[in-house]
Amino acid sequence: MSTLSEAVGPAEPNDTPPRGLWRQGLTVFCENRLALVGLGLFVLLAGVCFLGPLVYQTDQVHTDLTAVYRAPGEQGHLLGTDGVGYDQLGRLMLGGQTSIIVGLAAGVLATIVGTLLGAIAGFFGGWVDAAVMRVVDAMMSIPSLFLFMLLAAIVTPSAPMLILIIGAFAWLGPARLVRGEALTLRSREYVQAMRGMGGTGGRAVRRHIIPNAIGTVIVNATFQVADAILYVAYLSFLGLGIPPPAANWGGMLSDGLADTYSGHWWLLYPPGIAIILIVLAFNFIGDGLRDAFEVRLRRR
Amino acid sequence: MSESIGLTARHSAPAVHAAAGRPLLELRDLDTDIALRRGTVHALDGISLDVAPGQTLGVVGESGSGKTMTALSIMGLLPSGGRVTGGQILFEGRDLRSLPADEVRRIRGVRMGMVFQDPLTSLNPTIRIGAQVAEPLRVHKRVGRAEARDRAIQILRRVGMPRPERIVDNYPHELSGGMRQRVAIAMALVCSPSLLIADEPTTALDVTTQRQILELIDDLREEFGMAVILVTHDLGVIAGRADRVAVMYAGRVVETAATEQLFHAPRHRYTEALMRALPESAIRDSGGHDRLISIPGLPPDLSGPLTGCRFAARCSYVSDECRTTDPSLIPGTHQHACLHPVPTPAGAVTGPAGAVTGPARARVEPAAEPTRVEPAAKPVTAAPAEVTELPVLSVRNLVKDYPVHGRGLLRRAAGQVSAVADVSFEVRAGETFGLVGESGCGKSTVGRLSVGLERPSAGQIVLDGTDLTDLTGRERRRMHRQVQLMFQDSYAAMNPRMRVDAILAEPLEIQKVGDSSARQARIATLLDQVGLSRRALERYPHEFSGGQLQRIGLARSLALHPRLIVGDEPVSALDVSIQAQVLNLMRDLQRELGLAYIFISHDLSVVDYMADRIGVMYLGKLVEIGPAREVVRAARHPYTQALVDAVPSITPDRVATRDGTTIRGELPSALDPPSGCRFRTRCPRAADICTTEPPLVGGLHQVACHLPLRPEPTGTPTQDQAVG
Repeated sequence: MSTLSEAVGPAEPNDTPPRGLWRQGLTVFCENRLALVGLGLFVLLAGVCFLGPLVYQTDQVHTDLTAVYRAPGEQGHLLGTDGVGYDQLGRLMLGGQTSIIVGLAAGVLATIVGTLLGAIAGFFGGWVDAAVMRVVDAMMSIPSLFLFMLLAAIVTPSAPMLILIIGAFAWLGPARLVRGEALTLRSREYVQAMRGMGGTGGRAVRRHIIPNAIGTVIVNATFQVADAILYVAYLSFLGLGIPPPAANWGGMLSDGLADTYSGHWWLLYPPGIAIILIVLAFNFIGDGLRDAFEVRLRRR
Repeated sequence: MSESIGLTARHSAPAVHAAAGRPLLELRDLDTDIALRRGTVHALDGISLDVAPGQTLGVVGESGSGKTMTALSIMGLLPSGGRVTGGQILFEGRDLRSLPADEVRRIRGVRMGMVFQDPLTSLNPTIRIGAQVAEPLRVHKRVGRAEARDRAIQILRRVGMPRPERIVDNYPHELSGGMRQRVAIAMALVCSPSLLIADEPTTALDVTTQRQILELIDDLREEFGMAVILVTHDLGVIAGRADRVAVMYAGRVVETAATEQLFHAPRHRYTEALMRALPESAIRDSGGHDRLISIPGLPPDLSGPLTGCRFAARCSYVSDECRTTDPSLIPGTHQHACLHPVPTPAGAVTGPAGAVTGPARARVEPAAEPTRVEPAAKPVTAAPAEVTELPVLSVRNLVKDYPVHGRGLLRRAAGQVSAVADVSFEVRAGETFGLVGESGCGKSTVGRLSVGLERPSAGQIVLDGTDLTDLTGRERRRMHRQVQLMFQDSYAAMNPRMRVDAILAEPLEIQKVGDSSARQARIATLLDQVGLSRRALERYPHEFSGGQLQRIGLARSLALHPRLIVGDEPVSALDVSIQAQVLNLMRDLQRELGLAYIFISHDLSVVDYMADRIGVMYLGKLVEIGPAREVVRAARHPYTQALVDAVPSITPDRVATRDGTTIRGELPSALDPPSGCRFRTRCPRAADICTTEPPLVGGLHQVACHLPLRPEPTGTPTQDQAVG
């Protein structure tokens, strides 16, 4: 049975101006409404967190015990104040900065480490593969939250330290994913063709395996970022986050929980909603990217 | 329509159409559109066809001609976005497009059956054969489980499945390709349909299996009295099997006639060109000396508006009228839509592009062939200096075994697959060595070993005096400059994320040849050599058609100035007209650059055209090796003869004359090959002596058979180099 592209007849490549793969992918990405919503949401949240403090200036260093538990709107505090007198909106912005920075950095770190190790393991196989993947299996068999807590209890949490800790455990997922991809890619004919030219394994990984796994990797990276943001939140929620006066959304949620029954809703909902929104945004972006990368490879 | 009963007998061709009463299926002005991201493609434009009960209609065309879309439109299986937009599909006089959905579903499910190309993907791997075959019965006839099983066994027996009572409980992966296709046919036939649509039913199969399946369809057609629509790209398949043929091009039927009439005297210029583009025709007309007559260009893009004859842009008889007038089928028994048709055989038979073979000549020629061809008279190898040179590649006693791991934790070696067993041959400079055999015979493994992609288990591969198996590191890398591989599917062999300039530069970068400007210059030369424009450089592989990709693949193989190119089925994925372009290009480059080729293919007619010498492989063994013309015309090994006989030919008369040497059964497992002669389990001439292994003996034309079909012809000049 001939495929659809055959039935349509070969396209004459001289008719249309060359369009880069990225351009084509972008078109597809933009056709996905939710992905655009996700991207917009992320830009909005990041903009508010990083640029907001320039407009809406608050003191997030000194506590003000004369202005605790102010309700939203009172005395110019748009979202009220918390138990030690920090302005809640200003704190959300500050916390968002930490969450986004730590989340992005940890996600990217995990992706890079995981991709490299996975690609090498998958391509070379044999004992390299066995060694890398047994490490992955072993680490995966321990609940990551438990490990985070253990580590966070040993070292003093700071933003760079959180990035390293989360990154050190989050690379397992991408490593497995990319290894699987590399296993199929290494038997592709273009890798064989390259070997027939006398090319080495290093070149195969660099020029053929990783570029072709990049779609999967980038899609996964967005989910990694979302996960990392959640991990930061978990850790802080459990009281193992970065200590005050620094803030992050997970910690704020944890603090707000104590006030659930005292009617201070503004301490609970805003950080919770912010976490949901940013995680959702990254997931939408990831979905859109997945479409974009898949369609790019289809012969159209 | 006349009142006579629509029973038609085969080979009463001219009478068929006139006598055909009410056709079983009639397509009237069928239009089908497919909506794609980049616009709507008008896949079918006014298709009118009819099939009488008991008749076989062959639908032939290149990819993109709409032949598959026709079949899918009838079955209502169009891909997403596809829609029949106009015309009628009349089944026994009732229009499927206006009947209620339930009724249509029942007609399509019970009265029609369809067989797809790939028997692996058309069977569900998780369902047992029996349940799968009986599914239509369970769905449409509400048959009980036990009865369904019995019926499945029955029908499997009818399609020639050995041990059907056991096969019903197997899963598809446990069967070979040919057996799976039998299952697919059984599935299509289980409701006793009156119409069977077979869409490229044998394209994925080997020639000997193809022959079995086509014969099976023929027998079943007679037995069930059903009509068959045989959709294929292979003119040879149609020539031997169909009563009538419809030739499609760019969404239109351009010519339709009784089979014999069409093949002896095609009228449409496209049909004529298609037939002349076959290597078979070149061999018949000139003994394979001439270039193939290729059709330039590509089929038109069906998403835009088209004016005039759709073939005009590629036709060598084109006039201004063709570009403006849209020709319609001229009614009659031999319909064609061409303004400048091939003159009828009664009139003049010569045209600008050379003589069109008249029917009388075409019929006698096959018989005359063996004597007419002089093996030594090939101009490609005529340059004597080249022939006497040392071989470029010399393969000695090559063995390749793959260990098979057992199940369980320790994965102990459970056995060995003997892929290549003691193969020796030589390839000289400027020569084409053809390697043929069915899938699983080890021909591709020989190719991969020759280019150093894999290491042999034993034996030597001597390239320019150095043994490839000894090389390591830098020397091994340099060796790759001498020999390059050309792939069947160039699209798969190119990184989809690299532009053509990067793809062509890769071999130069790996071998550290020249600086970047020298590389650019080399790439430009390569593009010129394979006839592509410089604009190709900025594009990605998916933007090219199959033929263009194969040119790029060839350019990449040439980048390092190799002395030998190993082509593994280099044209098997291409349409006939494009195949001719690529084959011509390969020959031109060979002459220009003094290249040697190892041409691996399952298609004997292509190898026959391309090769100077042919080696025939069966189950890891070289069973026959000799000058191309001799191996094909005067085969000495029974297996070669069976292969030659199984090749479908466009000369219909040949089909009728050949029988007897058909081989039956399945290829034995290479895990446990038969002792002695590996072919003896399927050989019609097998005798006691065959349990001992026959050596490859002879002068120029060697054969590994105790009971060769014919002695080596005497009088051939003996060459010492030829005896390895």
